[in-house]
Amino acid sequence: MKFMLILASDPSLEPDPTSPDFEAYMGEWFAYSQALTAAGIEFSGEALQGDDTATTVQVRDGERLVTDGPFIEAKEVIGGFYVIDVPDLDAALDWAAKIPNVCFGTVEVRPVMSFD
Amino acid sequence: MSTGEFDVTAVFRDEWPRLVAHLVRDVGDVGLAEDAAQEAFVEAARRWSPGNTPDVPAAWLLTTARRKAIDQLRRSKRLSERLADLAAEAHLTGQGDIGDGRGSSPGIDGNGGRDDLVDDQLALLLGCCHPALSFEAQVALTLRIVAGLSSAQIARAFFVTESTMTRRLTRSKTKIRAANIAFHRSNLETLHERLPVVCAIVYSIFTEGHASAAAPTLLRGDLCDEAIWLGSLLRQLVPHDAEVAGLLALMTLTDARRATRVDHDGQPIRLRDQDRSAWDRAQIDHGLQTLGAAYAMRDAGQYQFQAAIAAIHATARTFAETDWSAIIGLYDVQLRRQPSPILALNRAIALAERDGAAAGLEALDDIRERIPFSGELDNYPYFHTSSAEMLATLGRYSESVAPFERALAVCTNDAERAHLALRIDQVRCSDVDVARRRPDHA
Repeated sequence: MKFMLILASDPSLEPDPTSPDFEAYMGEWFAYSQALTAAGIEFSGEALQGDDTATTVQVRDGERLVTDGPFIEAKEVIGGFYVIDVPDLDAALDWAAKIPNVCFGTVEVRPVMSFD
Repeated sequence: MSTGEFDVTAVFRDEWPRLVAHLVRDVGDVGLAEDAAQEAFVEAARRWSPGNTPDVPAAWLLTTARRKAIDQLRRSKRLSERLADLAAEAHLTGQGDIGDGRGSSPGIDGNGGRDDLVDDQLALLLGCCHPALSFEAQVALTLRIVAGLSSAQIARAFFVTESTMTRRLTRSKTKIRAANIAFHRSNLETLHERLPVVCAIVYSIFTEGHASAAAPTLLRGDLCDEAIWLGSLLRQLVPHDAEVAGLLALMTLTDARRATRVDHDGQPIRLRDQDRSAWDRAQIDHGLQTLGAAYAMRDAGQYQFQAAIAAIHATARTFAETDWSAIIGLYDVQLRRQPSPILALNRAIALAERDGAAAGLEALDDIRERIPFSGELDNYPYFHTSSAEMLATLGRYSESVAPFERALAVCTNDAERAHLALRIDQVRCSDVDVARRRPDHA
């Protein structure tokens, strides 16, 4: 079954792109995708631009309300997601615990709704 | 149950968790397994009578429950590929009449054997205590699915309405289903890391029964009984774990004092004042035996340590004969292993018993001044009660009022609050008496 792993972290804790640590950090993300592939797990995922680029939209009484900023202003922001297909929650939690920024951020694990 | 119906409760205790565990493996859904097991017991209560019971009740229950599960799957149209297998199996094992269990014994005994069943029950416990569930849900599910209590019984035990408890259970089962929390044997790979959570849940059920923060009375034996039953089951399932044995020893030794811990009005009786002749000797012996088994495994842990202290109390003929040096020694070892404010407090209390209240007070002052975690103790009523009692023992009544009042302010158990209020009155009176007796005051 499919789970979405929603990645949230405080961007100030990430290695700066100009720092020497950055390359190693990016390497961890590639290694993570490779590990998923090697385990034969179907997955997809994207990384997102910072929440200073976020725009929220609501429609109320037919009127479109567009606001600058994310859902909720918080220290930890959503930085990306994976959708993985694994047998059960324990397997999903194991993969969540291997995500490179989980050691300073938070991963929310949500079962994807199935409409069969 | 009306008269004329056969009493199935004797069978229920042992068979419930085995039946649910077996059904979870068969149907792969814990809610469905639980409903089917319940219906099978209802059917048993209706159909069994003295002289007309199946030879192998477990097999009869399993056959009946499987049929109920299939019915429910049909009704809810959640027909999976498993249905065909299940139907075939149910057909093979007969029609579910009383005679079914006779002769060949299909079902539990004939299908997988003892070890499988142990693993299934263990997987059930681990599933109920899954860390993805809230603490409240873990407790409620363990009592419902493993111990077989009804949601009404659990609701009564935790002083919430039945509909609140039913909602809590339904919500947890929805999450189990939606997130696919494993209740099968793949769980057992992580047994070692998850066993502490299971022990903690069982022990929290025990302490909830033993000294309840939410309850108006101090002792709720029903929850203690359930916890000890769960602890015994866990010990059967995991016989080679020292902490599992230690936990059962601790609960058994503590519970042996149950009859003497409160008076007729529900007021707590201090250990020193308890009638030791009313302690349950058989339970103490059982607890000591289990503690011995834990000790022989040479793997010390917090439950075994607490059980060792309970054992020293349980085997002292009188309060005065308690081996306080041995208790202080145990606290010293444990404080080195795992420092905690509660341990330091208990060590100070033991020290006061051995060397006098002045030494105890000194140890409490030490905790307050030198130990970084002393802040946590400020909201812990027993810290203030201990300090107050030591001051009172030394005749420093007026000084003891403030810590008694602080204890009263942070204590949430009604019976203990009443006791504290009484003590405040007593020390105030004593203080007046002392003042009257002083010649310079006259």
